[in-house]
Amino acid sequence: MKLSLGPIQYYWPVETVQAFYKQARDWPVDIVYLGEVVCSKRRELRLLDWLEIADKLEAAGKEVVLSTLALMEAESELITLQKICENGDFKVEANDMAAVHLINSRPFVAGPHLNLYNASSLELIRENGAVRWVMPLELSARTLGELQAGRPEGLETEVFAYGHMPLSFSARCFTARAHNVPKDQCELRCIDYPDGMPLQTQEDQELFTINGIQLQSGLPSNLLGEIESLRQLQVDVLRLSPQAEGMQQIVAAFDGALKGEQNDAMTALMAADTKWCNGYWHGEAGMLNVNAVLK
Amino acid sequence: MESVKRHMDLVCPAGSLPALKAAVDHGADAVYLGFRNATNARNFPGLNFDVDEIQQGMAYARDHRVRVMLALNTFPQPGHWPEWTRAVDEAADLGVDAVIMADPGLMRYAARQHPELRLHLSVQGSATNRHSIAFYHDEFRIKQVVLPRVLSLSQVRQVIDSSPVDVEVFGFGSLCIMVEGRCILSSYVTGESPNTCGVCSPAQAVRWEETPRGRQSRLNGVLIDRYRHNEAAGYPTLCKGRFRVGGEVFYAMEEPTSLNTLDILPELMKLGVAAIKVEGRQRSPAYVAQVTQVMRAALDACYQDPDNYQLQAEWVASLDKVSEGQSHTLGALHRPWQ
Repeated sequence: MKLSLGPIQYYWPVETVQAFYKQARDWPVDIVYLGEVVCSKRRELRLLDWLEIADKLEAAGKEVVLSTLALMEAESELITLQKICENGDFKVEANDMAAVHLINSRPFVAGPHLNLYNASSLELIRENGAVRWVMPLELSARTLGELQAGRPEGLETEVFAYGHMPLSFSARCFTARAHNVPKDQCELRCIDYPDGMPLQTQEDQELFTINGIQLQSGLPSNLLGEIESLRQLQVDVLRLSPQAEGMQQIVAAFDGALKGEQNDAMTALMAADTKWCNGYWHGEAGMLNVNAVLK
Repeated sequence: MESVKRHMDLVCPAGSLPALKAAVDHGADAVYLGFRNATNARNFPGLNFDVDEIQQGMAYARDHRVRVMLALNTFPQPGHWPEWTRAVDEAADLGVDAVIMADPGLMRYAARQHPELRLHLSVQGSATNRHSIAFYHDEFRIKQVVLPRVLSLSQVRQVIDSSPVDVEVFGFGSLCIMVEGRCILSSYVTGESPNTCGVCSPAQAVRWEETPRGRQSRLNGVLIDRYRHNEAAGYPTLCKGRFRVGGEVFYAMEEPTSLNTLDILPELMKLGVAAIKVEGRQRSPAYVAQVTQVMRAALDACYQDPDNYQLQAEWVASLDKVSEGQSHTLGALHRPWQ
């Protein structure tokens, strides 16, 4: 199995993004997804800046994929999408059928938001040029097993294996709402929350994470304890979603698990006092942490 | 405003045979309904139709020249695939006027097996722009698209101006603030979502508690809201709860309210909207009757004289009575910005 770094879901200053990927050149990840996937108002980096980072990562031996927005409404967003789809150098991850339409049968990655829930959908995107698909977040190991049995030839499977899961997108900005400002005067407040804003119940349960127009899970999904079942299901790529703190350790933990080692990073990630979830993988509510036994 | 006349279909919800009749009797141009199973996104207990009931409903609707559309708008998984393809086959056999679908794999099946079947892209298909609509049109020859409730009026105009198919928008009902089809908050907390099971915040996961601090609603154990005495309590949908963010407790996503487009019907008509959809297959026949009647009156007034269209106070009062939270909003439609 290969490891990938998913797209950065948060809004980080350009220097932070550049420093992050400079480090990532030396990390044991095979694939890096780059680009803005949440909000088109986030313009710390332009396409040329992303392409510059992409070239350096490629030179360091990484496969680079340019990721795209999951919600596109404005014409300006479609123009940017078209530029990305026609970049000519790097594969694109489609997170909306608009991208599939513009990619026009060139090889691409079908992202987690395309809603591919069955074999017929997989055949459809394979026919349209997909060479890899990312499983929808809410599917279980059991369902993945059934999908893998009928997977079209030439289509790799990627699973979201660590990080705060993107659960929904809206026309509203919840970060702006939390600051009591309208979305058109948001002042890009989300740049102050490099790992999002925690949203808790009135009983202090970590429920969601606010990230601009996106809501994420309150707990990170963690499939480190599921490596054997992922392998048995012939998953090709494990996606690790970037976070501001501790990313290197997360990568080290998964790298260790794939090599069959036991290292400190793995122990830390699985420690009893850290909060994470794996419910979806076990066919349960996503927020639950189910003992790592494949049903 | 210059007057542009275009008939806009009034598309009304039918969660049961009595609701279907209420919609037909009060002026719907079309009704939409679903089978009594997980093949549609309103798979609630006590709702929906079997084949016999659909036939009865279709006979009643046809007698009144009202069209019947069938919603097959969930995302089938491998173990249950035959149940969904059977539903498509049954829809074709029944001769419904259109099937409203979201799953690309199932649309592929329908387009291949039943090329004569008219396909509409459900709001659950998450198509918010012209390229996405073009994809579904090229692949499956869809004839109409229902837009998610996240677009502003000017964005609706852009979509209509460049769409190869007719455009339907939501005109009244509960307000989904997330892009439909791309929201799995419900399965994160309960294991069931609109995409997988046709439900959002499923009833069996809801618990009400009376406590000294007031009434509380829970969803699979998670506290969604706490109400003061005499405060109206709404259904505990996750996006409508009160939560703590940065030390404050408030409606962190959305206050309970309904979408109501009565104010802007002439604008929608001028943009070339083909159909106005009323939400609420889970609501009572009385709700369907009341909303259909008001929307019919408003659409007729708008069509007869769009330049002098005036909102009637009794329409607004009548709709606010059946609204969630007893208030209304234009939702994303009023946004002047992106």
